[in-house]
Amino acid sequence: MVHYPNIKIQTQDFDLTTEVAQLREGHRDIGAVVSFTGTVRDINEGDEVAILELEHYPGMTEKALEKIRLEAHDRWHLESSLIIHRVGKMYPTDQIVLVAVASRHRENAFYAAHFIMDYLKTNAPFWKKETLPDSSERWVDARITDKEAENRWSK
Amino acid sequence: MMVDILYFASFREVLGRANEQLPAQFSTVGALISELAQRGENWKMALLDNQNLQIAVNHDVADRNTEIKPGDEVAFFPPVTGG
Repeated sequence: MVHYPNIKIQTQDFDLTTEVAQLREGHRDIGAVVSFTGTVRDINEGDEVAILELEHYPGMTEKALEKIRLEAHDRWHLESSLIIHRVGKMYPTDQIVLVAVASRHRENAFYAAHFIMDYLKTNAPFWKKETLPDSSERWVDARITDKEAENRWSK
Repeated sequence: MMVDILYFASFREVLGRANEQLPAQFSTVGALISELAQRGENWKMALLDNQNLQIAVNHDVADRNTEIKPGDEVAFFPPVTGG
């Protein structure tokens, strides 16, 4: 399987400070770092969520994320960027996803982080399954609003 | 020669398997789907009649017209919900 150093799919948690420090390492030309952290909510569609399980498609997920990352570099001239997505079982308040981007000026970094998250939502092969407090399970449905969020970036 | 077929998330559960190998005798994804749909109502509903079906061939987004070659990896799955 191809290894992409700026894409990490992992079961373990991540530390924002450590990851951003690595992102900035060796770059003296960075003037802006923007990061987004996605976390597990305890309520979805009006129901309490006890466990959130993330499944992915090994190989395709990394490739899809790298494609999104490179497009962000191309459009906003980033100096560096990183995507971490956790898989497996997670619980309310856990961190799920981290997108961090660095550029010379803030505007590009803000746009690029937003773009990467919107595209990740609709293009990277991950699937969420929720377990409710009564132990019943259900797959999370894709949202129309996520597709609309992606479309705003059409050139 | 064979093709590898993968099923993810709700598809894996509904179809009762995560993967299988079939002889590489299908010219396109559409031809493969027509064959699989004959296995029963679950298969027909998940693959043939499903307007939201997502397809990948060799880790790239594909559609029913995508050609299949021996050794290819074809994946079927529902719309993605990561992030």
